[in-house]
This record gives sequence, structure tokens and C-alpha cells, in this order.
Amino acid sequence: MAGTDAPAAVEDLLRELAPQVLGILVRRYGDFDAAEDSVQEALVAAAVHWPRDGVPESPRGWLIQTASRRLIDQWRSDRSRRDRESLAAQERPAEVSDQDDSLLVLFMCCHPALTPASAIPLTLRAVGGLTTAEIANAFLVSEATMAQRIARAKRRIGASGGRFAMPPVEEQPERLRTVLHVLYLIFNEGYASSIGRELQRTELSAEAIRLTRMVHQQLPGDGEVAGLLALMLLIDARRPARTSATGELIPLAEQDRTLWDQGLIDEGVSLIEAAAGKGPLGQYRLQAAIAAVHDQAAHAEDTDWPQILALYGLLERVTDNPVVTLNRAVAAGMAEGPAAGLAVLDEVDERLSGHYRLAAVRAHLLEMAGELEAARELYRAAAGRTTNLVEQQYLTERAARLDV
Amino acid sequence: MTRYLLGVNFEGGVVDTPMEEWKPEEITAHLDYYKALREELLASGERVQSEVLAGPDLAKIVTSDGRETFVTDGPFQEFKEWLAGYQIVDVESEERAIEIAAKLSAVPGPDGVPTQQPIQVRQVMDQAPVDIAEMEGYLQTARGRD
Repeated sequence: MAGTDAPAAVEDLLRELAPQVLGILVRRYGDFDAAEDSVQEALVAAAVHWPRDGVPESPRGWLIQTASRRLIDQWRSDRSRRDRESLAAQERPAEVSDQDDSLLVLFMCCHPALTPASAIPLTLRAVGGLTTAEIANAFLVSEATMAQRIARAKRRIGASGGRFAMPPVEEQPERLRTVLHVLYLIFNEGYASSIGRELQRTELSAEAIRLTRMVHQQLPGDGEVAGLLALMLLIDARRPARTSATGELIPLAEQDRTLWDQGLIDEGVSLIEAAAGKGPLGQYRLQAAIAAVHDQAAHAEDTDWPQILALYGLLERVTDNPVVTLNRAVAAGMAEGPAAGLAVLDEVDERLSGHYRLAAVRAHLLEMAGELEAARELYRAAAGRTTNLVEQQYLTERAARLDV
Repeated sequence: MTRYLLGVNFEGGVVDTPMEEWKPEEITAHLDYYKALREELLASGERVQSEVLAGPDLAKIVTSDGRETFVTDGPFQEFKEWLAGYQIVDVESEERAIEIAAKLSAVPGPDGVPTQQPIQVRQVMDQAPVDIAEMEGYLQTARGRD
């Protein structure tokens, strides 16, 4: 293996090994915070040395040894700690268990004491094996700032007495939900920013898929895990068609569907089919089912809107997200005409009052209904309230187009 | 996480006395307050950038018709309406941005009285919808250029 190891292959290997090595170190030394720092340093060292000198015979052993050495060095230089606990820990036998603790590390990082915004970078580093610099780059903050966020997240886990063990059985479903939410948000970060300037962030989607795949391998019987993986694959399948050469977002109806990745679509669809009957239908499986209906239409006109409408109805019952109702209104407009869509909007009028998406969807349905004047006013109102650039440009343009 | 620009003009809030006329210990207290706040935001990983701007005396207004560039010192806004400084924070919620803005506004002035300078809280726009459900909704309604 030595000599010719491409940096990309090394990177893949390091990412796979990162949570395993961290798990072993935490089991051996019992200090999640310090172990995580040491593993990060060992990964950075490996990323420098391996592509140049070749991957060592036992890459995992190399990382464990390097990280352990750093950890002990760090302890030695830390007086207050040395006095307390570490010397005893250093004497522990250096057994290398074959147990893969990747999932446990993931559960640890998605600790309930953390907000998603702190769990995300910690997960990317500890489980994903990304460097602080890469994460900082993806989130457009300085490396020092990101290091602070990660350190703070670890302190918070430590302060809440997090033991390195799976949560008690009764807490596991709730914790798994948090884990899936964090993975979903990581995917969103990459997906939402895969346009325009921030191309480097698409890597976050790939990372989210990789981690969700890992969870699915370890928990194959969980329908929501399968659903989330399917959702990511079905959305990611459209990536090649989603943006124009100039980086603009292309609407679903106008995407060149021959560019969609059929392999990913097939995998996503089989995942949902295989998950049928595995537990109650949750939000990820339903979102995946909706994405699958879109992905399985060879032309936009073939889209099975009545089915999408029904699925949004089910999704609405399991989430409290008003955006889902807006999407159901769009589906109702497509399946049954704009009047049906507008009737759905009346249900969320109060709850979403002032939200630009409500105005944008209503404008869309009014335009479909031929009420151009009212549509134009609402497009304008929506443009003034939106907080994202793509929609602002679209809405402004749409208003101008009706301004004849 | 969402970014907000917190901007402050030369509008002095309840304080009319120019800083040159404050007592030295009042200036120290004022600066220490900002320093503590900066350290808090550094430690929490919320601080992205902060700058204090040179005064309007050094400001230039630039316009161009695409061929020629015109540089002037005006048009003259009220001194108080010029941007004096800003910081960009990356926070979990608008509530948190407002909390930080409130701390900025409460910076002590003469006699330790909070200056109550008005702080503008402006959200930095996202590039695109940030959630799959929102993005799918947008892609279902949007139409390209006809």
C-alpha cells in the first residue's frame, strides 16, 4: 500500500477511522474532551505524512498510538490534572478492542445538553474526522472561532456528566431523533449552499450521507434512519441538474431530468420500500416518499401531484412545521387547481402572518388563477421580507414580469 | 446559525458630552465594558468580525457613470447619521442578536449611565433556503426566465 496513496484515499480512510480511534481512546483514558483533541492532532499528522510516506501497515494502530502519545503529553504538561487522575489512567493496559464505537461517539456528540448549532461542528470533527479548518471554512467563520465553538460544546457535555456509554434504553429513541436531526441539518447546510459562491460546502452533504449510511448499517431495522438516508439520496440525485452553469438554481419543472443520478434514485426508492412496516411513518420517510414521487417522474408533467398532496397531508400530521402546509398548498394547486391551493393557505394565515413564504406561495397560486395584479403585489411584499438572496431575486423578477 | 450586522452610528444616545470631555476613569470603564463584551463573544464563538470606522471627516463619496469616477466629501448627511462602527455576529437566534445589541447599547458613559446608543440589527441574507422542506417548496413554485 505504501508510496502511492492518493490524498483522497487517505482522507476517506482517516474519516472512517476517526470515530473508531476516538472511541478506543475514550474507553482507555476516560476523557472525551482531551481524547478528541488528541485524535484531531493525530489525524492532521496522518493527513500530512501518509500521502507522502505511505499508509502504515496498521493505520488504526498508528492513529491510536499517535493520539495516545499526544494525550499523555498533554496530561503531563497539565499540572493540575497530573496531580489528580491521569497517572493512574496511563497505567491502564493498552488493549485494543475490536469494538466499533462510531455510533456511540455520534450519540455522545448529539448530546441533549447541546443545541444543534454546537452539536453540528462537534459531530463533523469527532465523528466525521474533518479538521477544524475545514469546518470553519464550510461555516464561513475563522478557525479560531470554530475551535472555540467546539471546545465549548465539549465542555458542556463534560459539565452535564456525560459518561461514554450508550444512553439508557428508555432514552435511546429520543437521542436517536436528535442524532438524525443533526445529520439532517448537516445535509441541509450543504444542500442549501450548493449554489453560488459557497461551493465548498457541498462536501457537508456528502459527509451527512456518509454518516447516515453508517447509522443505517448499525441500525438497519429503524425505518426513520432508512428514511433519512433515502431522503438525502433522492435529493442529492438531482444535484447535477439543480444549478445552471452560472450557479443559478433551476426550478424542479425545468431541470434536465436525464442528468439526475438514477443509481441514487434507485437506492433511495429501495430503501423506502424495504423500510415499509418498520415502525410508524415518520417525517423523514414521508419526505423521502415525496422526493421519490418527483424523482420517478420522467417529465415534470408526469408528476403524480395527487399522491404528493396526500403525502404532504400525512407529513403535516407528524410535524409541526408550517412550511409543510405551504408545500401542501402548492401540491393542492397542482393537483386540484389554484382555488384548492388558496383554500389550504387560509388554514395557516394566522400562524404565518408576515412570513414571506406565505406571500410567495399565495402570489404563485394567484398568478396561476390569473389574478395578476394581486399576485404582483404579493411577490413584491414577499421580496421585501425574505432573508435569502435566491428567493429575493426570483420574487423581484417575478413581480417585474407581471408589471406590464 | 444566522449572521447579524450590529451597526452603530455617531448618534450618542442619552449622552451629549463628547468623549474628549469625559473623565479618564469614565473612558476606561467604557472601554473595559466593550473589551469584556468582545471577550464574551470570542469565547462563545459568536464573534465574526468587528470594526470601528474612521470619522466622517475622512469619508469620501464615490459615484461613477461607468466612464468617469467622481469623488466628493458629500452629500453631507448629519454627522450623527454616519456609521461609526459595526460588528458581525453569528448567533442561534434573533433573540440572541437583540440581547447582544442591548448590551452594546448599555455601554456606560459619564457617571456610569448607560449611553443607550441606538444599535441597528440587520440580518445578513442567506444564499438560499436553508431547509430541505423550504427548498423543495421553492423549487416547486419557482419558474425560470421565460
